[in-house]
Amino acid sequence: MAPSTSSAITLTVNGEKHTLPVDHRTTLLDALRDRLDLTGTKKGCDQGQCGACTVLIDGRRAVSCLQLAVAAEGREITTIEGVAQDGQLHPVQQAFLDLDGYQCGYCTPGQICSAIAVIQEHAAGWPSAATADVRPAAGVPALTADEIRERMSGNLCRCGAYVSIVRAVARAAEPAQAPPGTADASVGPAGSGVAA
Amino acid sequence: MTTTTGTLTTAGSVGSAHVRVEGRAKVTGAARYAADLPFAELAHGWMVLSTVARGRVRSVESAPVLAMPGVLTVLHHGNAPRVDGDYVGTLGRPDPIVACFQDDHIPCAGWPVALVVAQTPEQAREAAEALAVRYDEESHDVAFYAGRPGTYTPENSPMLQAETLKGDLEAELAASAVVVDAEYTTPQEHHHTLEPHAATARWEDGRLEVVDSNQGSMWVADELAKLFSLDPASVRVRSEHVGGGFGSKGVRPHQVCAVMAATVLHRPVRVVLTRRQMFTAVGYRSPTAQRVRLGADADGRLRVLDHQAQNLTSRVYEFVEQSASIGRVMYDADAHHTVHRVVPLDVATPTWMRAPGEAPGSFALESALDELAEKCGVDPIVLRSRNEPVSGPVSGLPFSSRNVLACFREGARRFGWADRDPRPGLRREGRWLLGTGTAAATYPSGAAPSTAAVTAEADGTFTVRIAAADIGTGARTALTLIAADALEVRPDRVRVRIADSDFGPAMIAGGSMGTRSWGWAVMTAVDELQGQLALGGDIPPEGITVRSDTSAAVAALAAKERHSFGAQFAEVAVDTSSGEVRVRRMLGIFAAGRIVNPLTARSQFVGGMTWGISMALHEEAVRDQASGSHVSADLAGYHFAANADVPLVEADWVDDPDADDPVGIKGIGEIGIVGAAAAIANAVWHATGVRHRHLPIRPDRVLLSGSRDIASG
Repeated sequence: MAPSTSSAITLTVNGEKHTLPVDHRTTLLDALRDRLDLTGTKKGCDQGQCGACTVLIDGRRAVSCLQLAVAAEGREITTIEGVAQDGQLHPVQQAFLDLDGYQCGYCTPGQICSAIAVIQEHAAGWPSAATADVRPAAGVPALTADEIRERMSGNLCRCGAYVSIVRAVARAAEPAQAPPGTADASVGPAGSGVAA
Repeated sequence: MTTTTGTLTTAGSVGSAHVRVEGRAKVTGAARYAADLPFAELAHGWMVLSTVARGRVRSVESAPVLAMPGVLTVLHHGNAPRVDGDYVGTLGRPDPIVACFQDDHIPCAGWPVALVVAQTPEQAREAAEALAVRYDEESHDVAFYAGRPGTYTPENSPMLQAETLKGDLEAELAASAVVVDAEYTTPQEHHHTLEPHAATARWEDGRLEVVDSNQGSMWVADELAKLFSLDPASVRVRSEHVGGGFGSKGVRPHQVCAVMAATVLHRPVRVVLTRRQMFTAVGYRSPTAQRVRLGADADGRLRVLDHQAQNLTSRVYEFVEQSASIGRVMYDADAHHTVHRVVPLDVATPTWMRAPGEAPGSFALESALDELAEKCGVDPIVLRSRNEPVSGPVSGLPFSSRNVLACFREGARRFGWADRDPRPGLRREGRWLLGTGTAAATYPSGAAPSTAAVTAEADGTFTVRIAAADIGTGARTALTLIAADALEVRPDRVRVRIADSDFGPAMIAGGSMGTRSWGWAVMTAVDELQGQLALGGDIPPEGITVRSDTSAAVAALAAKERHSFGAQFAEVAVDTSSGEVRVRRMLGIFAAGRIVNPLTARSQFVGGMTWGISMALHEEAVRDQASGSHVSADLAGYHFAANADVPLVEADWVDDPDADDPVGIKGIGEIGIVGAAAAIANAVWHATGVRHRHLPIRPDRVLLSGSRDIASG
């Protein structure tokens, strides 16, 4: 008898358990999109180079196109559909919306999932390639524009919305801050139109 | 920003920042793109592209693949439905690549040779990878270089002015005190929208329904009707959310394949291109080789402008990258020559890509202007001000408005240009050499006929229907604001529905003409609706709907030079020991008509400038001469700017409403990239004293050229 090429698995997505048979070749990305109709997670390259398919797995960001669905069993998966709570946008979502941290919106779910993880990674003291002093005694580095740029570089945006994405992540990281455009001088002002 | 123009003088939505009306759907993942909509009984098609660069398909060995689990059909030239690729569409004849599987001829690597359709994407993919296609291979030639044998000057057409000439070039060159004569090249570049091209086709009640990702639902519907010889009314194409276009999303092989398979299988079929397939199946920007000759008096006034631009095309379709057009707008000279030349090779057909023509053309011309400024010892902005034409340098027509110097004035003030020491190679900060550069920008402003329908609903709200496309431009929101102001209501009372070919003819999202063309149609419809509502009476349950058609009004526009303008500024840091170039900041000031929504307009400008950084430093598709196909055809091998590549980029604008447009719009989609790469290259010269005339300015190029030791000459 030929070996089976599919299995029944249980995926925990956005707090909800789904039991479904999957082809062993099915990526987590395709299982989310094609089987669970959670199409907010996008397929940009299907080879781990663009970040559009970023989800949170056990709270850490991962590209779902490089993960087989069968390997995700037993993990807590959060997709863009599970980021808002009770209809209330997550601060990262709100900041992307308010500061226009996108254009076409296709990379946006991945950017937002990534940004949520970036803020947590930073708060936990994780250094990045942009961190000047990585010794433990140096403490948590400031979440400067350069830090955000570096940490968000796994998520490509072809529309070129990076400047606004950096502002949005900075805004979301410190939600108690001032109104738009004044959030972080190191990130730069939003500017305004001028007369000729 | 305050502007008052046209008929929109009373209301307050246009000109103030509004978040995208579909923004919440986009940040929550609720927005459904072309490959996101579920369909019952959906089958999945996987395209198979040729691995040889020239030849014929000897055989497609379908039988073993048809026996694989879930495989429903294999379409190829031996069994595919016939289509008619010999038609003239909205923008001319189609690239023959869309007439899939009509014969065994292979004109380039990556040409569609088969479509495998299966029950699941996994099955389709495995079967497509297992499909054996045998070829009779012929020798190919993909080498592109300046002056290559076979290069010719194309015939003029409604969309192409191949050559312009006035004056005596050689006599004026001989009389010039200063001459710049340089060659510039730009590489092959790809759109690479983050959303891959995707289409789902099905027959529903005798109609062909296609859910697609495109820049014009009516455009694609019309071309599909022509290809499949269908009554246009029996084709419906929708594309509510589109993950970027940049010129690549018209009719492409994936829609044609999906329609063929849906027709054969009598069930819905989805075809999504892979990232690798996007390198050959959806067009790209041709590499260019450009020669610019400038001759000037000692003070920099131009006597000669000669811009000769060459690009490649396929052997099955002539596409001309009109890089030399920019000089016909920007600068006059006693002797003025611009020409486009093209050479056919065994490659896929290139196409429009953001700021076609102006993007590569501005790199050459605006770099050459900077070289002239250096040779004359004149500030680059002063040089440009000395060469401001009073009318179209070639056409002689008046400009509708031309505020390029206002852009330079405002930009120079904000960038701190006045303090700049023009000498190159002087500023050092640790391992970095620092420099600043500037360049001008321009892009045509146009409008095309469109239709729109506006309905006054019985509940007091309004619905606008127009076959517009929002590919990330913010058009849906802009049209909402325009309609709200025209109707003198708040934007939340207006619902704008777009991207459905059933809404009737409308301009595509392209050429920076979309929002202007659609806005005009919306304004016209609202005008008429207001007239009807003024008659009084109750609104019936179905509402009151009026339709507009701007064909006559657009045709009546007086002939003028109509363009957006801008000034780009960049500061770079160059490490000549590693070859690394970092852009530290950019500023762009634009005179681009009335700005409808400052929030999204800024994103358009900054996005374009970010493309300029990418063009200057990163993007380059490398073709392997031996195989005729791409090296590293993925997003690692083809790097476009990532977040860490992009510094603070600021964009702003000066007042420049178009008096001939009902809203005052000129168009802003392309101009952000124009001149941006030149500003960066000019800044690299200022940092290092070395001219980089070949893009991208890669580390190896910087390493090999180093920096010019100014002190020792």
